[in-house]
Amino acid sequence: MQAIKTIHSRTVVMPSTNIDTDQIIPGRFLTTTTKEGLGQQLFADWRYAADGTPIADFILNRPEAEGCRILVAGRNLGCGSSREHAPWALLDYGFQAVVSTEIADIFRNNSLKNGLLPIVVDDATHQWLLANPGVTVTIDLQSATLQAASREPVSFPIDAFARYCLLNGVDELGFLLSKDAEIQRYESQHAG
Amino acid sequence: MSTPRTLFEKVWSAHEVVPATADTPAVIFIDLHLTHEVTSPQAFAILRERGLKVRRPDLTLATMDHATPTRTEQVFGGAPITIDSAAKQIRQLEANCADFGVELLGLQDARRGIVHIIGPELGVTQPGKTIVCGDSHTSTHGAFGALAFGIGTTEVGHVLATQCLLQKKPKTFAINVEGELPNGVTPKDLILAIIGKVGVSGGTGYVFEYRGSAIRKLNMEQRMTICNMSIEAGARAGMIAPDEITFEYLKDRPRAPKGAAWDKAVNAWRALVTDDGAVFDREITIDASALEPMITYGTNPGMVVPISGQVPDRAGDPVFDAAMRYMGLTPGQRIQDAPVNVVFVGSCTNGRISDLRAAARVLKGHKVADGVQLLIVPGSQEVKRDAEAEGLDQIFKAAGADWRESGCSMCLGMNGDTVAKGQYSVSTSNRNFEGRQGVGARTLLASPETAAASAIRGKVTDPREFA
Repeated sequence: MQAIKTIHSRTVVMPSTNIDTDQIIPGRFLTTTTKEGLGQQLFADWRYAADGTPIADFILNRPEAEGCRILVAGRNLGCGSSREHAPWALLDYGFQAVVSTEIADIFRNNSLKNGLLPIVVDDATHQWLLANPGVTVTIDLQSATLQAASREPVSFPIDAFARYCLLNGVDELGFLLSKDAEIQRYESQHAG
Repeated sequence: MSTPRTLFEKVWSAHEVVPATADTPAVIFIDLHLTHEVTSPQAFAILRERGLKVRRPDLTLATMDHATPTRTEQVFGGAPITIDSAAKQIRQLEANCADFGVELLGLQDARRGIVHIIGPELGVTQPGKTIVCGDSHTSTHGAFGALAFGIGTTEVGHVLATQCLLQKKPKTFAINVEGELPNGVTPKDLILAIIGKVGVSGGTGYVFEYRGSAIRKLNMEQRMTICNMSIEAGARAGMIAPDEITFEYLKDRPRAPKGAAWDKAVNAWRALVTDDGAVFDREITIDASALEPMITYGTNPGMVVPISGQVPDRAGDPVFDAAMRYMGLTPGQRIQDAPVNVVFVGSCTNGRISDLRAAARVLKGHKVADGVQLLIVPGSQEVKRDAEAEGLDQIFKAAGADWRESGCSMCLGMNGDTVAKGQYSVSTSNRNFEGRQGVGARTLLASPETAAASAIRGKVTDPREFA
C-alpha cells in the first residue's frame, strides 16, 4: 500500500442518500478472483445503458468528472453488502477519498484497509460540498483536516492506528503477525 | 460486586487477545471463520504473496453458495455451469482449500448450503463464540448468543493468517420487543418493522441485542431471521441471549459438544445473559402485539409499510422520489394492488425448513397465478432433504413452482437466477436495493407467507386471507 499524506483534487458529487455497495459495484461483477480492473464496472447500472453505452448525464460520464479523486456522496454511503469490491472499484477508477456525513461500518473498514480515505464531515460542510460540485478540496491526513476551496479547514475523525498505517503505507496484517506470542498465549489458555 | 455487563460485553472481553490502547485497536480472537467462494480468493492470494499459512484450519470452514448454480443438472449432472467466471471461482475455492488444508463442503457435498444456514445446522455456531465471514449477513449467528459479524476480504486474510482481527469496540443497542406477535404475523414482519423504526443507518456503530418477551418465545429459526437483518439497520451484529430453546436446538447436532463436554458447555452458556442493571448505549421498545404483516415498497429495507397500508407520500424527499421512479409505484396507492411477476422463497433470511413449511401451508391446493414465476430455493441441501421427506416439494411443484438445489440464488442474482428489468418480485430475501435481483428488477421484501399468497393471486396479498 502506498503512503498517503495529502489528497488535492476537485470533487465529484453524487448527492443520493444510502448509496449501497450493490450500486457501487453490482453483484454480477463479483465473480472475479482478482482486485484489478473493477473501475470499469464502478456504478455500472447508473453509468451504462443495457447495451453498454455510457449514459451521458451520469456524473462519471461527464467531462468535469475527469481526473477527480474525491467523491462527495449523500448520507449513509456504502451500506449493505460487505463486498470489498466496492472500495477496490472506487480505487481502480481513480478515487482516493469518499466524503459523507455517515459512512457504513463495513465499507469504512474495507476502505481504510485499501487506502481509500473514508471522510465523515459535519452537516454544514457536507451541504456546502453538495452545493458546490467540482470545487477543489485538500485533505491532509496528518492533521486530519479537510479544506474545501478557501473555507476554514474542518477536522474529521479517523482512528489513530488506521491513520498511522495510511501515513506510513503499512498494512494491519504486519501488526497482527507481530502479536504472535500473545495469540499463542491466548490459544493455549483457551485450548479444548 | 462486579459491574453489570451486557451479553455483548461478556463475549467481547472473553476474546480480547490484546486490549485496545490509545494508539491501537483491540486484537480479538475469532472462534469460527466461515468462508465462501466470492469473498475469499483475494484473501488466499495475500497468503500466497506473503508465504503465510492458515493459522487455524480447525477453526475455518469453507463452502460455496453465492455464485453456485441451483439447477440440479449443473450441480450433480455434469452440465456446464452457466456463468464461466462463477465456475472459475468455484474451482479456485477448491484449489485454495486443498492448498491450505481448509475443510470444504463443496458443490456436491450433502452438507453444503448457504453459509449462514449450515453453521447452525452442523452445530458449529454456538453461544459465546466470535464468528466472522466475508458476508454481511453473518449477523445471523448472533441468534445463538454469538458475536457474529461480516468482514471484508482483507480481514478474511487477517483471520486466515492470524485467527485474529483488529477491532474497535462497538456500542450497544437494546431492541426490546414486548407482547405477543398476533396470529399471521411472522418474525420477518417484526424485523422489517424494526428496520423501519430504527432506519437503515440507525444501527451504524452498534451491536443490537434483541430482548423481551416476544423474542424469548421465538424458536431458533425465527431468531435467525431476526438477527440476519441487523445489518439492514446498519448494525454489524445482532445478538439474542441463549436459553433452553437454544440448547435444545444445538443438542446432538453433528459438531456440538457431546457427553460431559456438552454439560460443561451448557453450564458456561447459561452465564451469557445481560446482567440486571447493565446499561445499553441506546434502547428502544417495540410492541409486538400492534404489528401486521409488513412489506417494502421502496429501494431500501427501511421503506416498509403494513400490508393493509398504502405507499406513503413523501414527495420532495429525494430518496423517496427516486425510489418511486425506480419502483414504478405511486404515492398513496394501496400496496395490496401492486403487481407481482416473480416470487422468490429462499435466502439466508428465510430459506430454512420452517420457512418452506410456512410457504407450503399457504400454497397447498393452490396454483400460482398465470404469468407468475415462483422460485423456491432451499437454504441448504439438508433443508432440501427435509422438505422432500415431508412432501413439501410435491406441494410446491403442484402449485407450479420451480424447486431447486440450495444456494443464495435470486437474493443477489450472481448465479444467473435473476429478475428481469421492470418486473416486480416479492422476495423473502433481505435487500430491495436497485438492481439487487437483476438489472432494473423491482423487489418487495416480505415473509414466506406473504410471498406465497402473492404468488397465488398474482398481486401483493395479505397472507391472512389464506389462514
